[in-house]
Amino acid sequence: MHLAGSPELLKPASRKFILLTLACGLLLNLLPWYGLALLFRPDFVALILLFWAIREPRKLGFTAAWVVGLLMDISDGAILGQHALAYVLGVYAAILLHRRIQRFTLWQQATHVLLLLLLLQATMMLIRMFGGAVSPGPGYFLSCLTGTVLWPAISQLLLLPQRGRPDADPVYSAGHK
Amino acid sequence: MDNQAPPFFKHGPSPLTRFMFFAFLSLMLMALDARLNALNSLRQMLSVVVAPLQRLANYPAELLDRTGSFFVTQGRLQSENAALRQRQLVQAVQLQSMQATQGENAYLRKILDIHQRRGESMVATEIVYTGRDPFSHKIIVDKGSNQKIQAGQPALDDIGVVGQVTRVYPFNSEITLLTDKDQAIPVEIVRNGTRAIAFGHGQDGALELPFMAANADIQNGDTLVTSGIDGIYPAGLPVAIVSKIERNAAFAKITCTPSAGINRHKQLLILIGEARPVQPPMPADPASAKTSDGKASVVKKQGN
Repeated sequence: MHLAGSPELLKPASRKFILLTLACGLLLNLLPWYGLALLFRPDFVALILLFWAIREPRKLGFTAAWVVGLLMDISDGAILGQHALAYVLGVYAAILLHRRIQRFTLWQQATHVLLLLLLLQATMMLIRMFGGAVSPGPGYFLSCLTGTVLWPAISQLLLLPQRGRPDADPVYSAGHK
Repeated sequence: MDNQAPPFFKHGPSPLTRFMFFAFLSLMLMALDARLNALNSLRQMLSVVVAPLQRLANYPAELLDRTGSFFVTQGRLQSENAALRQRQLVQAVQLQSMQATQGENAYLRKILDIHQRRGESMVATEIVYTGRDPFSHKIIVDKGSNQKIQAGQPALDDIGVVGQVTRVYPFNSEITLLTDKDQAIPVEIVRNGTRAIAFGHGQDGALELPFMAANADIQNGDTLVTSGIDGIYPAGLPVAIVSKIERNAAFAKITCTPSAGINRHKQLLILIGEARPVQPPMPADPASAKTSDGKASVVKKQGN
Protein backbone atom coordinates (compact mmCIF):
# COMPACT_ATOMS: atom_id res chain seq x y z
CA MET A 1 0.00 0.00 0.00
CA HIS A 2 1.04 3.53 -0.55
CA LEU A 3 2.33 4.77 2.79
CA ALA A 4 3.13 8.30 3.79
CA GLY A 5 6.77 9.15 3.24
CA SER A 6 7.59 6.10 1.15
CA PRO A 7 6.33 6.60 -2.37
CA GLU A 8 6.48 3.35 -4.28
CA LEU A 9 8.50 3.16 -7.42
CA LEU A 10 6.30 3.08 -10.49
CA LYS A 11 6.85 2.84 -14.17
CA PRO A 12 6.61 6.24 -15.85
CA ALA A 13 3.30 6.98 -17.55
CA SER A 14 3.45 7.51 -21.26
CA ARG A 15 2.20 10.73 -22.78
CA LYS A 16 -0.25 8.79 -24.89
CA PHE A 17 -1.79 7.27 -21.78
CA ILE A 18 -2.11 10.70 -20.17
CA LEU A 19 -3.91 12.07 -23.22
CA LEU A 20 -6.15 9.00 -23.34
CA THR A 21 -7.21 9.48 -19.71
CA LEU A 22 -7.95 13.13 -20.43
CA ALA A 23 -10.17 12.12 -23.34
CA CYS A 24 -11.97 9.67 -21.03
CA GLY A 25 -12.46 12.45 -18.48
CA LEU A 26 -13.96 14.64 -21.18
CA LEU A 27 -16.34 11.84 -22.12
CA LEU A 28 -17.40 11.41 -18.50
CA ASN A 29 -18.05 15.14 -18.26
CA LEU A 30 -20.15 15.02 -21.41
CA LEU A 31 -22.41 12.20 -20.20
CA PRO A 32 -26.00 13.37 -20.05
CA TRP A 33 -26.03 14.37 -16.38
CA TYR A 34 -29.37 15.45 -15.08
CA GLY A 35 -30.86 17.27 -12.10
CA LEU A 36 -29.40 16.26 -8.77
CA ALA A 37 -26.67 14.15 -10.36
CA LEU A 38 -25.64 17.21 -12.32
CA LEU A 39 -25.36 19.20 -9.11
CA PHE A 40 -23.03 16.63 -7.59
CA ARG A 41 -21.16 15.75 -10.75
CA PRO A 42 -17.43 16.09 -10.16
CA ASP A 43 -15.38 17.74 -12.87
CA PHE A 44 -13.57 14.60 -14.06
CA VAL A 45 -11.34 16.51 -16.43
CA ALA A 46 -10.12 18.75 -13.61
CA LEU A 47 -9.49 15.75 -11.36
CA ILE A 48 -7.47 13.93 -14.00
CA LEU A 49 -5.52 17.06 -14.89
CA LEU A 50 -4.65 17.63 -11.22
CA PHE A 51 -3.67 14.00 -10.84
CA TRP A 52 -1.18 14.11 -13.69
CA ALA A 53 0.10 17.54 -12.68
CA ILE A 54 0.92 16.10 -9.24
CA ARG A 55 2.15 12.73 -10.45
CA GLU A 56 3.99 13.63 -13.65
CA PRO A 57 4.49 17.40 -13.64
CA ARG A 58 7.01 17.23 -16.48
CA LYS A 59 4.79 15.19 -18.76
CA LEU A 60 1.44 16.94 -18.49
CA GLY A 61 1.82 20.02 -20.63
CA PHE A 62 0.00 23.26 -20.02
CA THR A 63 -0.99 23.00 -23.67
CA ALA A 64 -3.01 19.85 -23.01
CA ALA A 65 -4.78 21.47 -20.04
CA TRP A 66 -5.55 24.55 -22.07
CA VAL A 67 -6.89 22.68 -25.10
CA VAL A 68 -9.07 20.41 -22.96
CA GLY A 69 -10.37 23.54 -21.23
CA LEU A 70 -11.30 25.04 -24.58
CA LEU A 71 -13.16 21.85 -25.52
CA MET A 72 -15.11 22.05 -22.26
CA ASP A 73 -15.95 25.68 -23.02
CA ILE A 74 -17.31 24.71 -26.41
CA SER A 75 -19.40 21.88 -25.05
CA ASP A 76 -20.85 24.08 -22.31
CA GLY A 77 -21.44 27.02 -24.60
CA ALA A 78 -19.49 29.11 -22.12
CA ILE A 79 -17.19 32.05 -22.81
CA LEU A 80 -14.21 30.71 -24.72
CA GLY A 81 -11.33 30.57 -22.24
CA GLN A 82 -13.26 30.14 -18.98
CA HIS A 83 -12.41 26.50 -18.33
CA ALA A 84 -9.09 26.91 -20.11
CA LEU A 85 -7.91 29.61 -17.69
CA ALA A 86 -9.20 27.76 -14.64
CA TYR A 87 -7.54 24.49 -15.66
CA VAL A 88 -4.22 26.16 -16.45
CA LEU A 89 -4.32 27.89 -13.07
CA GLY A 90 -5.13 24.62 -11.29
CA VAL A 91 -2.35 22.76 -13.08
CA TYR A 92 0.10 25.50 -12.18
CA ALA A 93 -0.86 25.38 -8.50
CA ALA A 94 -0.64 21.58 -8.54
CA ILE A 95 2.82 21.67 -10.13
CA LEU A 96 4.00 24.12 -7.47
CA LEU A 97 2.71 21.81 -4.72
CA HIS A 98 3.42 18.42 -6.27
CA ARG A 99 6.46 17.52 -4.15
CA ARG A 100 4.54 18.30 -0.98
CA ILE A 101 1.32 16.53 -2.00
CA GLN A 102 3.08 13.35 -3.14
CA ARG A 103 4.37 12.73 0.40
CA PHE A 104 0.88 12.35 1.84
CA THR A 105 -1.52 9.40 1.90
CA LEU A 106 -4.34 9.43 -0.58
CA TRP A 107 -6.91 10.84 1.85
CA GLN A 108 -4.53 13.56 2.98
CA GLN A 109 -3.87 14.31 -0.68
CA ALA A 110 -7.61 14.62 -1.15
CA THR A 111 -7.76 17.59 1.23
CA HIS A 112 -5.20 19.39 -0.90
CA VAL A 113 -7.19 18.49 -3.97
CA LEU A 114 -10.31 19.93 -2.37
CA LEU A 115 -8.59 23.29 -2.09
CA LEU A 116 -7.35 23.10 -5.66
CA LEU A 117 -10.83 22.21 -6.93
CA LEU A 118 -12.34 25.09 -4.95
CA LEU A 119 -9.76 27.37 -6.56
CA LEU A 120 -10.82 26.14 -9.99
CA GLN A 121 -14.53 26.62 -9.33
CA ALA A 122 -14.01 30.04 -7.78
CA THR A 123 -11.99 31.13 -10.81
CA MET A 124 -14.77 30.08 -13.15
CA MET A 125 -17.39 31.75 -11.00
CA LEU A 126 -15.41 35.00 -10.95
CA ILE A 127 -15.00 34.92 -14.72
CA ARG A 128 -18.72 34.44 -15.21
CA MET A 129 -19.67 37.10 -12.71
CA PHE A 130 -17.36 39.59 -14.41
CA GLY A 131 -19.33 38.74 -17.53
CA GLY A 132 -22.54 39.79 -15.78
CA ALA A 133 -23.95 36.41 -14.72
CA VAL A 134 -25.88 35.99 -11.49
CA SER A 135 -24.29 33.93 -8.74
CA PRO A 136 -25.48 30.31 -8.86
CA GLY A 137 -25.42 29.92 -5.07
CA PRO A 138 -23.36 27.66 -2.81
CA GLY A 139 -24.60 24.52 -4.58
CA TYR A 140 -22.11 25.38 -7.28
CA PHE A 141 -19.28 24.17 -5.05
CA LEU A 142 -20.84 20.78 -4.24
CA SER A 143 -19.06 19.18 -7.17
CA CYS A 144 -15.72 19.94 -5.44
CA LEU A 145 -16.76 17.74 -2.52
CA THR A 146 -17.66 14.80 -4.76
CA GLY A 147 -14.37 15.30 -6.57
CA THR A 148 -12.49 15.13 -3.27
CA VAL A 149 -14.26 11.91 -2.27
CA LEU A 150 -13.46 10.38 -5.64
CA TRP A 151 -9.78 11.35 -5.52
CA PRO A 152 -8.40 8.16 -3.88
CA ALA A 153 -10.34 5.94 -6.27
CA ILE A 154 -9.28 7.89 -9.32
CA SER A 155 -5.65 7.92 -8.19
CA GLN A 156 -5.63 4.16 -7.70
CA LEU A 157 -7.29 3.64 -11.04
CA LEU A 158 -4.90 5.86 -12.97
CA LEU A 159 -1.88 4.28 -11.28
CA LEU A 160 -2.89 0.71 -12.17
CA PRO A 161 -1.17 0.58 -15.56
CA GLN A 162 2.09 1.92 -14.10
CA ARG A 163 2.17 -0.65 -11.35
CA GLY A 164 4.10 -3.79 -12.25
CA ARG A 165 3.18 -7.18 -10.84
CA PRO A 166 3.77 -7.17 -7.09
CA ASP A 167 7.17 -8.60 -6.16
CA ALA A 168 8.05 -9.32 -9.73
CA ASP A 169 11.69 -8.82 -8.89
CA PRO A 170 12.68 -10.18 -5.44
CA VAL A 171 16.01 -8.31 -5.47
CA TYR A 172 14.31 -5.01 -6.14
CA SER A 173 11.65 -5.50 -3.49
CA ALA A 174 14.21 -6.65 -0.92
CA GLY A 175 16.34 -3.61 -1.69
CA HIS A 176 13.34 -1.36 -1.49
CA LYS A 177 12.47 -2.56 1.99
CA MET B 1 10.06 26.43 -3.49
CA ASP B 2 12.81 24.15 -4.67
CA ASN B 3 11.24 23.10 -7.91
CA GLN B 4 13.80 25.11 -9.87
CA ALA B 5 15.65 22.63 -12.08
CA PRO B 6 19.43 22.57 -12.03
CA PRO B 7 20.63 24.60 -14.97
CA PHE B 8 22.28 21.66 -16.71
CA PHE B 9 18.92 19.97 -17.33
CA LYS B 10 17.00 21.40 -20.20
CA HIS B 11 13.32 21.72 -19.26
CA GLY B 12 12.21 24.62 -21.37
CA PRO B 13 10.48 27.62 -19.81
CA SER B 14 9.61 27.50 -16.11
CA PRO B 15 6.06 26.63 -14.99
CA LEU B 16 5.45 30.25 -14.06
CA THR B 17 6.37 31.43 -17.54
CA ARG B 18 4.14 28.82 -19.12
CA PHE B 19 1.29 29.64 -16.79
CA MET B 20 1.57 33.35 -17.59
CA PHE B 21 1.61 32.58 -21.30
CA PHE B 22 -1.53 30.45 -21.23
CA ALA B 23 -3.33 32.71 -18.78
CA PHE B 24 -2.68 35.63 -21.10
CA LEU B 25 -3.90 33.58 -24.05
CA SER B 26 -7.12 32.66 -22.20
CA LEU B 27 -7.77 36.26 -21.19
CA MET B 28 -7.30 37.38 -24.79
CA LEU B 29 -9.72 34.69 -25.95
CA MET B 30 -12.31 35.71 -23.37
CA ALA B 31 -12.09 39.35 -24.37
CA LEU B 32 -12.31 38.52 -28.07
CA ASP B 33 -15.19 36.12 -27.52
CA ALA B 34 -17.30 38.09 -25.08
CA ARG B 35 -16.77 41.62 -26.34
CA LEU B 36 -16.04 41.30 -30.03
CA ASN B 37 -17.64 37.98 -31.01
CA ALA B 38 -14.62 37.42 -33.21
CA LEU B 39 -14.09 33.72 -32.63
CA ASN B 40 -16.92 32.09 -34.49
CA SER B 41 -14.67 30.17 -36.84
CA LEU B 42 -12.58 28.83 -33.94
CA ARG B 43 -15.77 27.72 -32.21
CA GLN B 44 -16.94 25.99 -35.37
CA MET B 45 -13.63 24.17 -35.68
CA LEU B 46 -13.53 23.00 -32.08
CA SER B 47 -17.18 21.98 -32.18
CA VAL B 48 -16.35 19.50 -34.93
CA VAL B 49 -14.02 17.83 -32.40
CA VAL B 50 -16.52 17.97 -29.53
CA ALA B 51 -19.66 16.91 -31.41
CA PRO B 52 -18.66 13.25 -31.93
CA LEU B 53 -17.60 13.04 -28.28
CA GLN B 54 -21.00 14.36 -27.23
CA ARG B 55 -22.71 11.77 -29.42
CA LEU B 56 -20.55 9.04 -27.95
CA ALA B 57 -21.23 10.14 -24.37
CA ASN B 58 -24.92 10.23 -25.10
CA TYR B 59 -24.95 6.77 -26.60
CA PRO B 60 -25.20 4.64 -23.39
CA ALA B 61 -28.16 6.62 -22.11
CA GLU B 62 -29.83 6.35 -25.48
CA LEU B 63 -29.27 2.60 -25.52
CA LEU B 64 -30.73 2.29 -22.04
CA ASP B 65 -33.69 4.35 -23.14
CA ARG B 66 -34.24 2.14 -26.15
CA THR B 67 -33.96 -1.15 -24.28
CA GLY B 68 -36.22 0.29 -21.60
CA SER B 69 -38.86 1.18 -24.14
CA PHE B 70 -38.57 -2.29 -25.66
CA PHE B 71 -39.85 -3.92 -22.50
CA VAL B 72 -43.16 -2.10 -22.14
CA THR B 73 -46.21 -4.02 -21.10
CA GLN B 74 -48.91 -4.48 -23.64
CA GLY B 75 -51.51 -3.06 -21.30
CA ARG B 76 -49.66 0.20 -21.06
CA LEU B 77 -49.27 0.35 -24.79
CA GLN B 78 -52.97 -0.27 -25.27
CA SER B 79 -54.08 2.38 -22.84
CA GLU B 80 -51.59 4.83 -24.31
CA ASN B 81 -52.83 3.96 -27.78
CA ALA B 82 -56.42 4.58 -26.75
CA ALA B 83 -55.54 7.92 -25.20
CA LEU B 84 -53.61 8.95 -28.28
CA ARG B 85 -56.47 7.93 -30.53
CA GLN B 86 -58.83 10.07 -28.54
CA ARG B 87 -56.48 13.01 -28.65
CA GLN B 88 -55.98 12.56 -32.34
CA LEU B 89 -59.72 12.68 -32.89
CA VAL B 90 -60.03 15.91 -30.93
CA GLN B 91 -57.10 17.40 -32.79
CA ALA B 92 -58.45 16.29 -36.17
CA VAL B 93 -61.60 18.24 -35.48
CA GLN B 94 -59.57 21.23 -34.38
CA LEU B 95 -57.40 20.88 -37.46
CA GLN B 96 -60.44 20.94 -39.70
CA SER B 97 -61.70 24.15 -38.23
CA MET B 98 -58.17 25.52 -38.40
CA GLN B 99 -57.89 24.68 -42.08
CA ALA B 100 -61.10 26.54 -42.71
CA THR B 101 -59.82 29.49 -40.68
CA GLN B 102 -56.53 29.43 -42.51
CA GLY B 103 -58.22 29.48 -45.86
CA GLU B 104 -60.42 32.33 -44.76
CA ASN B 105 -57.43 34.17 -43.35
CA ALA B 106 -55.47 33.76 -46.58
CA TYR B 107 -58.41 35.07 -48.53
CA LEU B 108 -58.84 38.08 -46.25
CA ARG B 109 -55.15 38.85 -46.38
CA LYS B 110 -55.26 38.66 -50.15
CA ILE B 111 -58.13 41.10 -50.21
CA LEU B 112 -56.20 43.46 -47.98
CA ASP B 113 -53.05 42.90 -50.06
CA ILE B 114 -50.97 42.26 -46.98
CA HIS B 115 -47.81 40.26 -47.36
CA GLN B 116 -48.69 36.62 -46.97
CA ARG B 117 -47.00 34.95 -44.11
CA ARG B 118 -44.58 32.35 -45.32
CA GLY B 119 -45.39 28.76 -44.52
CA GLU B 120 -43.40 27.76 -41.51
CA SER B 121 -41.35 24.67 -42.05
CA MET B 122 -39.95 22.90 -39.04
CA VAL B 123 -37.06 20.65 -38.27
CA ALA B 124 -37.46 18.09 -35.52
CA THR B 125 -34.33 17.82 -33.39
CA GLU B 126 -33.25 15.82 -30.42
CA ILE B 127 -31.45 17.20 -27.40
CA VAL B 128 -27.97 15.72 -27.14
CA TYR B 129 -26.61 17.64 -24.22
CA THR B 130 -28.11 19.84 -21.58
CA GLY B 131 -25.38 22.30 -20.74
CA ARG B 132 -24.12 21.77 -17.22
CA ASP B 133 -23.11 25.39 -16.94
CA PRO B 134 -25.09 26.66 -13.94
CA PHE B 135 -24.80 30.24 -15.15
CA SER B 136 -26.68 29.85 -18.38
CA HIS B 137 -29.64 27.84 -19.58
CA LYS B 138 -28.60 26.29 -22.83
CA ILE B 139 -29.07 23.00 -24.58
CA ILE B 140 -27.37 21.44 -27.55
CA VAL B 141 -29.47 19.71 -30.21
CA ASP B 142 -28.38 17.28 -32.88
CA LYS B 143 -28.95 19.30 -36.04
CA GLY B 144 -26.96 22.25 -37.26
CA SER B 145 -26.21 24.29 -40.33
CA ASN B 146 -26.40 21.09 -42.37
CA GLN B 147 -30.20 21.22 -41.83
CA LYS B 148 -30.60 24.92 -42.69
CA ILE B 149 -30.75 25.93 -39.05
CA GLN B 150 -29.65 29.51 -38.46
CA ALA B 151 -29.03 31.57 -35.40
CA GLY B 152 -32.18 33.40 -34.33
CA GLN B 153 -34.72 30.73 -35.19
CA PRO B 154 -37.28 29.88 -32.50
CA ALA B 155 -37.40 26.46 -30.86
CA LEU B 156 -40.72 24.98 -29.75
CA ASP B 157 -42.15 21.89 -28.20
CA ASP B 158 -45.70 20.61 -28.38
CA ILE B 159 -46.95 23.20 -25.90
CA GLY B 160 -45.13 26.40 -26.67
CA VAL B 161 -41.91 28.33 -27.09
CA VAL B 162 -38.82 26.81 -25.51
CA GLY B 163 -36.12 29.18 -26.65
CA GLN B 164 -34.09 30.45 -29.53
CA VAL B 165 -31.16 29.12 -31.53
CA THR B 166 -28.16 31.21 -30.55
CA ARG B 167 -25.19 29.45 -32.10
CA VAL B 168 -25.04 27.10 -35.03
CA TYR B 169 -22.29 24.60 -35.63
CA PRO B 170 -22.01 22.27 -38.61
CA PHE B 171 -23.74 19.32 -36.91
CA ASN B 172 -25.11 20.79 -33.69
CA SER B 173 -26.77 23.93 -32.59
CA GLU B 174 -27.10 25.64 -29.29
CA ILE B 175 -30.50 26.75 -28.04
CA THR B 176 -30.78 29.35 -25.32
CA LEU B 177 -33.83 28.65 -23.19
CA LEU B 178 -36.33 31.37 -22.35
CA THR B 179 -35.25 31.09 -18.72
CA ASP B 180 -31.69 32.21 -19.51
CA LYS B 181 -30.80 35.53 -17.98
CA ASP B 182 -30.10 37.33 -21.24
CA GLN B 183 -33.06 35.96 -23.18
CA ALA B 184 -36.02 38.16 -24.01
CA ILE B 185 -39.23 37.45 -25.89
CA PRO B 186 -42.02 39.84 -26.90
CA VAL B 187 -45.35 38.65 -25.55
CA GLU B 188 -48.92 39.76 -25.20
CA ILE B 189 -51.58 38.88 -22.68
CA VAL B 190 -54.28 36.79 -24.31
CA ARG B 191 -57.05 38.25 -22.15
CA ASN B 192 -56.61 41.90 -23.14
CA GLY B 193 -53.81 42.10 -25.71
CA THR B 194 -51.43 44.11 -23.53
CA ARG B 195 -47.95 43.85 -24.98
CA ALA B 196 -44.82 43.30 -22.91
CA ILE B 197 -41.40 41.75 -23.08
CA ALA B 198 -40.63 38.71 -20.96
CA PHE B 199 -37.09 38.22 -19.72
CA GLY B 200 -35.47 35.09 -18.38
CA HIS B 201 -34.95 35.11 -14.65
CA GLY B 202 -31.69 33.21 -14.85
CA GLN B 203 -32.07 31.22 -11.66
CA ASP B 204 -35.16 29.26 -10.88
CA GLY B 205 -36.69 28.50 -14.24
CA ALA B 206 -39.01 31.50 -14.26
CA LEU B 207 -39.68 34.46 -16.51
CA GLU B 208 -40.15 38.09 -15.51
CA LEU B 209 -42.17 40.92 -16.98
CA PRO B 210 -40.28 44.05 -16.04
CA PHE B 211 -41.39 47.61 -16.85
CA MET B 212 -45.08 46.97 -16.30
CA ALA B 213 -46.79 49.70 -14.33
CA ALA B 214 -48.01 48.70 -10.87
CA ASN B 215 -51.60 49.24 -11.92
CA ALA B 216 -51.28 47.34 -15.20
CA ASP B 217 -54.22 45.10 -16.02
CA ILE B 218 -52.67 41.74 -15.37
CA GLN B 219 -53.84 38.88 -13.15
CA ASN B 220 -52.52 35.66 -11.79
CA GLY B 221 -53.12 32.89 -14.30
CA ASP B 222 -53.06 35.15 -17.35
CA THR B 223 -51.66 33.39 -20.40
CA LEU B 224 -48.87 35.06 -22.32
CA VAL B 225 -48.42 34.31 -26.00
CA THR B 226 -45.90 35.62 -28.51
CA SER B 227 -47.03 38.88 -30.02
CA GLY B 228 -45.22 38.32 -33.31
CA ILE B 229 -44.18 41.96 -33.71
CA ASP B 230 -40.49 41.10 -33.58
CA GLY B 231 -40.65 39.07 -36.78
CA ILE B 232 -38.74 36.22 -35.15
CA TYR B 233 -41.37 34.34 -33.21
CA PRO B 234 -44.62 33.73 -35.06
CA ALA B 235 -47.60 35.25 -33.26
CA GLY B 236 -49.82 33.32 -30.89
CA LEU B 237 -47.49 30.67 -29.48
CA PRO B 238 -47.96 30.04 -25.74
CA VAL B 239 -45.01 31.34 -23.73
CA ALA B 240 -45.85 31.48 -20.04
CA ILE B 241 -48.52 31.79 -17.38
CA VAL B 242 -48.42 34.58 -14.82
CA SER B 243 -47.78 33.03 -11.44
CA LYS B 244 -47.02 35.86 -9.04
CA ILE B 245 -47.58 39.62 -8.99
CA GLU B 246 -46.22 42.08 -6.42
CA ARG B 247 -47.51 45.61 -6.84
CA ASN B 248 -45.69 47.55 -4.16
CA ALA B 249 -43.35 49.69 -6.27
CA ALA B 250 -43.73 51.94 -9.31
CA PHE B 251 -43.25 48.86 -11.46
CA ALA B 252 -44.98 45.62 -10.63
CA LYS B 253 -42.80 42.59 -10.06
CA ILE B 254 -44.37 39.93 -12.23
CA THR B 255 -43.12 36.36 -12.29
CA CYS B 256 -44.31 33.83 -14.82
CA THR B 257 -43.91 30.09 -15.29
CA PRO B 258 -42.99 28.96 -18.78
CA SER B 259 -45.74 26.94 -20.46
CA ALA B 260 -43.49 24.70 -22.51
CA GLY B 261 -41.76 21.83 -20.79
CA ILE B 262 -38.43 23.58 -20.82
CA ASN B 263 -36.65 20.85 -18.91
CA ARG B 264 -38.86 17.92 -19.76
CA HIS B 265 -38.60 16.93 -23.37
CA LYS B 266 -36.09 15.15 -25.49
CA GLN B 267 -37.41 16.39 -28.85
CA LEU B 268 -37.75 19.96 -30.00
CA LEU B 269 -38.98 21.62 -33.16
CA ILE B 270 -37.04 24.44 -34.75
CA LEU B 271 -38.97 26.76 -37.05
CA ILE B 272 -36.78 27.37 -40.05
CA GLY B 273 -39.27 29.44 -42.02
CA GLU B 274 -39.22 32.66 -40.05
CA ALA B 275 -35.63 33.28 -39.13
CA ARG B 276 -35.51 36.82 -40.50
CA PRO B 277 -37.81 39.69 -39.72
CA VAL B 278 -40.47 39.66 -42.39
CA GLN B 279 -39.57 42.24 -45.02
CA PRO B 280 -42.29 44.26 -46.66
CA PRO B 281 -42.76 42.90 -50.20
CA MET B 282 -40.61 44.62 -52.77
CA PRO B 283 -42.70 45.69 -55.76
CA ALA B 284 -41.43 44.22 -59.03
CA ASP B 285 -42.26 47.24 -61.14
CA PRO B 286 -43.37 50.77 -60.31
CA ALA B 287 -46.85 50.31 -61.77
CA SER B 288 -47.78 47.51 -59.38
CA ALA B 289 -46.12 49.43 -56.55
CA LYS B 290 -48.47 52.29 -57.15
CA THR B 291 -51.52 50.09 -57.10
CA SER B 292 -50.46 48.36 -53.93
CA ASP B 293 -49.69 51.69 -52.29
CA GLY B 294 -53.03 52.95 -53.42
CA LYS B 295 -54.81 49.99 -51.96
CA ALA B 296 -52.91 50.23 -48.72
CA SER B 297 -53.85 53.86 -48.32
CA VAL B 298 -57.45 53.03 -49.09
CA VAL B 299 -57.43 50.44 -46.36
CA LYS B 300 -55.91 52.94 -43.95
CA LYS B 301 -58.56 55.50 -44.75
CA GLN B 302 -61.23 52.98 -44.18
CA GLY B 303 -59.63 52.14 -40.90
CA ASN B 304 -59.67 55.78 -39.87
